[in-house]
Amino acid sequence: MSNSTLPTILTAQPAETGKPAAGTPAAAPLPPPAGRTTRDWSRLVKLDWLLLPAVGLAAVVVMWFILSATLSKDLPNPTRTWESSKPYVVEPFSYRGELDQGILRFTWLSLVLVAKGYVIALALGTPLGFLLGLSKMMTKMLDPIIQILRPVSPLAWLPLGMVLFLGAGKQASELAALFTIAICAMWPTVLNTAVGVRAIPQDYLNVAKVLKLSRWKTLTKVMIPATLPYMFTGFRLSLGIAWLVIVAAEMLTGRPGIGGFLWQQYNALVYEQIILCILTIGIVGFILDRLMSVVERRFKTA
Amino acid sequence: MSAYCELFNLTKVYPSPKGPAVIVKDFNLRLAEGEFVTLIGHSGCGKSTVLSMVAGLNGITDGGIILAGRELAGPGPDRGVVFQSPSLLPWLTAFENVMLGINQVFFTAQPHEREQIAEYYLSVVGLADAMHKRPAELSQGMRQRVGIARAFALKPKMLLLDEPFGMLDSLTRYELQAVLLELWRKNRITTLMVTHDVDEALYLSDRVVCMTDGPEAEVGDIIEVKFPRPRDRKAVMEHPDYYPLRERLIEFLEIHAHRRRPPTA
Repeated sequence: MSNSTLPTILTAQPAETGKPAAGTPAAAPLPPPAGRTTRDWSRLVKLDWLLLPAVGLAAVVVMWFILSATLSKDLPNPTRTWESSKPYVVEPFSYRGELDQGILRFTWLSLVLVAKGYVIALALGTPLGFLLGLSKMMTKMLDPIIQILRPVSPLAWLPLGMVLFLGAGKQASELAALFTIAICAMWPTVLNTAVGVRAIPQDYLNVAKVLKLSRWKTLTKVMIPATLPYMFTGFRLSLGIAWLVIVAAEMLTGRPGIGGFLWQQYNALVYEQIILCILTIGIVGFILDRLMSVVERRFKTA
Repeated sequence: MSAYCELFNLTKVYPSPKGPAVIVKDFNLRLAEGEFVTLIGHSGCGKSTVLSMVAGLNGITDGGIILAGRELAGPGPDRGVVFQSPSLLPWLTAFENVMLGINQVFFTAQPHEREQIAEYYLSVVGLADAMHKRPAELSQGMRQRVGIARAFALKPKMLLLDEPFGMLDSLTRYELQAVLLELWRKNRITTLMVTHDVDEALYLSDRVVCMTDGPEAEVGDIIEVKFPRPRDRKAVMEHPDYYPLRERLIEFLEIHAHRRRPPTA
């Protein structure tokens, strides 16, 4: 029940930002010459969970300084970024106007929207996954469509969402955003659930058959519990994508939120806050992923 | 002998790219009520196929099975099955695994009565202290005990055992054979067991049915095992008939191991 069986799902989405590429040179000064005593090294190793990330981070900040001083003069350097972002970070819940709020307040608005879209994605994706897992006919019928729709970018879905909900008036932008989040985020749930249903051991199904469990009981007492670990892998990946989509959705609809704020500050030529937003989005995404993998692990042992 | 369970002309044919593969052909067997019959034969001879047809988990190509005067169609809880792997649902405790079947079969009983049934059978198989553990916390032998308790708890008309001790080490196997025999002595459920362990077959059964090698497996020889019950392993092994019977079984298995039919044109 590992993720390794699902490489296409894991790699299909641009889940990582550019960070790691910049961080790699940091490893260079660390490895000691082979002749040195191993004891010194092993003491260092104990701290490496703290030390290595710190070194990596420092390297990125240094690169950032250099970059803003040389190649890209318009890129604010770290100190300027911090000074300009301070009011948003120090008073994270302040409200100075619809598009001028504390960073966590924006984050909260975005999270609420993501949560709604995510729930829709799961509510649609889980049953669809079960359907695909249970029926070969359904798989043959729907798999090509899914494979074609899956790689479509949120930026492409959003205009379609706007058109779909054109008649909804004031709510159109929210509905379009929800539509985009849901349709982009549901695929990992659909595919992982389907894989999980197909992977239910025949033994378990035989137990259900021998006991003559009704279809409903077979589903609730055997199939769903057996599929849960796969479902939660899907849920975790879906949440990552839902969060990824939020920026695109808010940018294009102009809704207040972390992505909307980013886009607005870009248009207002305040570049410092773009970086603040990127960092916030990254950290929130990381925390969400950690939380989900805790939940996921709980179900894996079951 | 009045037959409680009768398998008549039981045939299983699988379609294969090279034409239909006949696994079992015209298999006939009659079991008396309360009889313990073992099917023995080489791996892949089709004995498990016969058993899973009786369980209703495998479709019957031709022939049929009558149990207690009724022809069987499909699986049902009137036949308790113990599989080679314990087949417990890992997200349920041992108790809940047993209850799953009990709730299904004794749905008219009061909840506390059902719980008593589960507790009783789990205690008899020696799991009184471990019944609220999940399968992952139990040893392989304990899991199989749960499987046995689950099968008996449903008070089935017939018990079907598919190499139930095949995955256990020999000490655990001996223990579980004794547990099974004790439960069977108390309940006298008509039993059909599949094994390839000669000693196990002799220790447990009233009759041993030797199956010829597939394809087209059928009944080769039937050996009556008349050791007095209740049986004790040591007494059985010291019985003067034990070694002659054992010899006969092994000889049968050896002959059929080397016999290869020429491909039928």
